[in-house]
Amino acid sequence: MDNESQYSGYSYKSSHSRSSRKHRERRHRSKSRDSSSRADKSVTIQTPGEPLLDAESTRGDERDDNWGETTTVVTGTSEHSISNEDLTRVSKDLEESIPLECKRFVGPALGGCLSFFALLTPLAFLILPQVLWRDALEPCGTPCEGLYVSLAFKLLVLLISSWALFLRPPRAALPRFFVFRCLLMVLVFLFVASYWLFYGVRVLEPRERDYRGIVEYAASLVDALLFIQYLALVLLEVRHLQPAFCLKVVRTTDGASKFYNVGHLSVQRAAVWVLDRYYSDFPVYNPAVLNLPKSILSKKMTGFKVYSLDENTANNSTGQSRAMIAAAARRRDNSHNEYYYEEAEMDRRIRKRKARLVVAVEEAFTHIKRLHEDEAASSPKHPKEVMDPREAAQAIFAPMARAMQKYLRTTRQQAFHSMESILTHLQFCITHNMTPKAFLERYLSPGPTMQYQQQNGRGRQWTLVSEEPVTSALRQGLVFSLRRLDFSLVVTVTPLPFLRLGEEFIDPKSHKFVIRLQSETSV
Amino acid sequence: MSFIPGQPVTAVVERVEIKKLFQGGNLILGFSIGGGIDQDPGQNPYSEDKSDKGIYVTRISPGGPADEAGLKMGDKIMQVNGWDMTMVTHDQARKKLTKKNESVVRLLVTRRSLEDAVKQSKGGYAQQ
Repeated sequence: MDNESQYSGYSYKSSHSRSSRKHRERRHRSKSRDSSSRADKSVTIQTPGEPLLDAESTRGDERDDNWGETTTVVTGTSEHSISNEDLTRVSKDLEESIPLECKRFVGPALGGCLSFFALLTPLAFLILPQVLWRDALEPCGTPCEGLYVSLAFKLLVLLISSWALFLRPPRAALPRFFVFRCLLMVLVFLFVASYWLFYGVRVLEPRERDYRGIVEYAASLVDALLFIQYLALVLLEVRHLQPAFCLKVVRTTDGASKFYNVGHLSVQRAAVWVLDRYYSDFPVYNPAVLNLPKSILSKKMTGFKVYSLDENTANNSTGQSRAMIAAAARRRDNSHNEYYYEEAEMDRRIRKRKARLVVAVEEAFTHIKRLHEDEAASSPKHPKEVMDPREAAQAIFAPMARAMQKYLRTTRQQAFHSMESILTHLQFCITHNMTPKAFLERYLSPGPTMQYQQQNGRGRQWTLVSEEPVTSALRQGLVFSLRRLDFSLVVTVTPLPFLRLGEEFIDPKSHKFVIRLQSETSV
Repeated sequence: MSFIPGQPVTAVVERVEIKKLFQGGNLILGFSIGGGIDQDPGQNPYSEDKSDKGIYVTRISPGGPADEAGLKMGDKIMQVNGWDMTMVTHDQARKKLTKKNESVVRLLVTRRSLEDAVKQSKGGYAQQ
């Protein structure tokens, strides 16, 4: 399929604002000697840093014995021990994390420098003649003043809009540099450089005396910068707003899928876009929810031994496996029956536990009541014990704890909710006057992944796997996938259909009706 | 029994003569009619062509005058006492049938079995 070569721990940064291409190429060249293949197909999107154990890795916490699993799964077993794959992750982290922090800001820093340089240039054009040969300059009256004002205003607009549009902290580190941004930065650089060149040759050398011409020259530079900024606005911001493609995102482990409409983006930008939506739309990945219980699957493949009477056994391997599968299919098995009844039993159990939980929570909530200000003053004869939300939460948590724990265990969510988090949530709900149903919505259905993220600045690590270069634009039939350690998201691109809208005018007076009669008269 | 608009209607008809019976203060004939040019022809269970808006016999009270005269359910009434029944409204048909000063109505009715019988005899005749 796609030849995946992990790009040896190096990741490119996204440059939200301009950074010079020369700098990048130097680094790219130095690192490419290390990697074996020049044309690598899989590169890392490294959102900066990564926690040691983030919430999405598999946790083999208490497996419910009802499923009868006998496989041993090598996973991170608890917060305090590290398994094999964590070790590899840690080692990768150590070699990348430290330079990562600095690399994140190189792009914006370079862009900032370039824009600063570009913005100072017109001022330099104006000031240098004044400083160097002030006496020889021709005086320039009202037209110059008008030009000064317009120049100042345009520079202010440029400054504010560059700050608003381009100087934002990047939220994702992309594997390849952003083609449009780099093009624009190169354009700006060449532009300003050529202006300086002409300035040096035509103005500084011969000590030009026509000051008005110089001011007009500076004004033309600022105009051109404004137009480049307009171009940047269109290319970077506006072009991808109008929807042109439909992306289908499917998660490989449980088939959860969504459709999104995007505009014209490159593959890496589309990947970042999809990941943004993934965190808030997709239900959280729960590795404990399996498709078929192992007890059913394991029964199918037992009891068959294939003896081959043929001499050349090398060619017979596919024949053997096919024979086994065919024999297993022909054998009359009732595993679908078992699956059906197992499912029904599971549903019933979940519903029963849910009913118990709901009742317990409702009862618990009736025990506390919000104390209003006037009540405290007006009833001195019944001194109630006044508590703050935390204590109130702890007080009513006890009766519902058991029902909650049983429910979470049945729906296999116990890994996501610790007792501390439940208490915190309870305290939150009490503070905001929520009903028991509002308190329970967090536990009755698996929420989006964002709900379970701990806030830390290290970021999430995803790998973009694609057969096309990741800076190519989206087009029909493109497939790429975003991989994490235990699951991946497969994204398929289809263009949105062209719509032919016709018109039909209906006269409002043309709505007329008749009654359908069917009378029968006896004569 | 279907017709082509613009062409004269041809049908094999049977002459049925019904004597009205005085019952309950009225002169009744003992059957019910349905259809008419103001009615919905698609709901007629007896017509072959669902756009036929003629008058059909929908019910015959057993033992009544129509039953004794030989009127059958599903018959299409073409004429009543000389008045045409193929292009009338339901109410007009009813009026023509329940004229108080007539004690006998002479109907021309057609049904599928008549057509079939004639076709059969014609075919048999042609084979001779």
